[in-house]
Amino acid sequence: MSNPDTNQPVLELRNVSKTYTVKQGMFGKPKPLKAINDVSLSLKRGEVLGLVGESGCGKSTLAKILLGLEDPTKGEVRVDGEVIGATDRRTLARRIQPIFQDPYSSLNPRKSIEDIISLPLRVHHIGDSNSQDKAVREILDIVGLPQRVMRTYPSQMSGGQRQRVAIARALIMKPEIVICDEPTSALDVSVQSQILNLLNDLRAEFNLTYLFISHDLAVVEHLATRVAVMYLGRIVEESSVGGLFDTSGHPYTQALLKSVLTPEAGKGVPDTELGMEYPNPIAPPSGCHFHPRCPMAMTHCAEIAPRPVPTPEGHVECHLFDTENGYNTGAPLVREAV
Amino acid sequence: MNSPLLRVKDLTIDIPVGGGTLNAVRGIDFDLNRGETLCIVGESGSGKSLTSLALMGLLGGRIKRTATQMEFDGIDLTKANNKTMRALRGDRMAMIFQEPMTSLNPAFTIGNQLMEALLLHRNVGKDAARARAVELLEKVGITAAESRLSQYPHQLSGGLRQRVMIAMALMCEPELIIADEPTTALDVTIQAQILRLLVDLGREMNMAMILITHDLGVVARVADKVAVMYAGELVETGSAEQVFNAPMHPYTRGLLRCIPQPGKTERGARLGTIPGIVPNLVGGVTGCPFRTRCDHAVAACRDAIPHRKPAENHRFRCVHETGHQTAETAV
Repeated sequence: MSNPDTNQPVLELRNVSKTYTVKQGMFGKPKPLKAINDVSLSLKRGEVLGLVGESGCGKSTLAKILLGLEDPTKGEVRVDGEVIGATDRRTLARRIQPIFQDPYSSLNPRKSIEDIISLPLRVHHIGDSNSQDKAVREILDIVGLPQRVMRTYPSQMSGGQRQRVAIARALIMKPEIVICDEPTSALDVSVQSQILNLLNDLRAEFNLTYLFISHDLAVVEHLATRVAVMYLGRIVEESSVGGLFDTSGHPYTQALLKSVLTPEAGKGVPDTELGMEYPNPIAPPSGCHFHPRCPMAMTHCAEIAPRPVPTPEGHVECHLFDTENGYNTGAPLVREAV
Repeated sequence: MNSPLLRVKDLTIDIPVGGGTLNAVRGIDFDLNRGETLCIVGESGSGKSLTSLALMGLLGGRIKRTATQMEFDGIDLTKANNKTMRALRGDRMAMIFQEPMTSLNPAFTIGNQLMEALLLHRNVGKDAARARAVELLEKVGITAAESRLSQYPHQLSGGLRQRVMIAMALMCEPELIIADEPTTALDVTIQAQILRLLVDLGREMNMAMILITHDLGVVARVADKVAVMYAGELVETGSAEQVFNAPMHPYTRGLLRCIPQPGKTERGARLGTIPGIVPNLVGGVTGCPFRTRCDHAVAACRDAIPHRKPAENHRFRCVHETGHQTAETAV
């Protein structure tokens, strides 16, 4: 099943778009909402891609497409070179598994932990009840839960234990790719670090590939090997962790990095210089979608959409880096006073 | 003015539960001066929200609150009746809650909800209240303030709603603001903006602020004073510099090791952990509540725990004189 060729991306998105139609009010005209707008990504085996961005930028829609819960409007998703529209959901589920944010609502409260973890095996008819039981015991060991929890219910467990159950359920199918959608946001600090350590260990042990969606840039910097920054359905910058955090390019990435509150006393709250709020995705701004909030916007940013400019380790979509077309210089954009 | 605006001594909160009494908060002390920001930081269930509700007199009837002293600008809150508390709340002390979606009333306009406190507490007409509402909406950075007054909460984004909540709390120019996780539900970029706004307004109006959060980054950037809460006790208090640069209590140091710190923590390295779980607070709690999870626990941790004072205004509770700080740095 797995391809020994290490250069072959294990997960690849080619020009994927997802457009929803939204109707405003009972008699409103339906309008298109581009949740994902022509996104291409590729992930090699063993990589951790951190996906960051504000709420509403399309992170979760992307996760749903990868899990086969939504079909892309355009473009294709490939796993090990195979287009996944062509394979059925069942095959996909063996290779890509999710871990969700809230361990309180993602586990069925009426099923025992054993039932919850073994459900994927039963759905896919893998082994008999004896081997399924053995597999559950093994996976409990791996995620650091005692065997006695098998007969308990989610309500008897703490948040950290529940998230371990969710990880066990995702890993029992031995997937190649795990989509982690804000896996530690609902947890306390001391529990968060345990789960992050566990995810890191499991990745090394089973050579897993993660798509790690988070709004916490400090966590992404810690765990990810590559980072993609999303804004209004576009990936505006993609790079290796070092490339992004040490020498960030896109003004939006810089604003995100500035807004990280590190626990250093006396530094005060940073000014992100972002000004206004996140735009309405139904009516995205013209030209570069980020120009109304960009502290470095130039006049042509409001008119021309930037193209992806290749960087040593990825790409960035910003006129400031487009020396070829001469878009990198220009008169600063004067905004009307608000 | 020399006496603090708020003085709390030995605040205890007991909640009757099925099998006994939950000792949710056990004997905490703190002072707050005008213009100062106190951050109470702790994990879920540590009692930080209960503490803020106790100050506002908003605990449910079954919950028992005792304190040897709880004074707000000379008013004894332990003896205050409902009428006194109602007169204080929304006027001289105000609260900002975490979830702006659920704490604004969806059936009333923004203007209506903003003006309510002023009309209730002050002898002003509707026009004056309206003008004040517009003034404050502008102050918290909301554009087209006049037209926002007739909008309903669902028409605003999360960041705007939280700004409205802040404006609402400021309507009567309170002397004390209690903000319970005011930015937890917001995006990081909006979080920074809202925190800046709170800090700037607090300074401008010389307000005292109690900020309750679980986010150590927020605490470090905003606080004058920090109180670290664990299982119903303040285990360490001090200035932000003291607590973050020279943390003494093993719990405080443990928390700081748990979070990845850009530039300090090596990428992909193992993060520190605090093993075990928070103790059950039902029934008598004796000794140090952290001893079950502490690397330095000894037999004496079961007995009374001394208060230690390593520096002016810096206090912590631990049987070890230095909180075993030296033992860890040596490793």
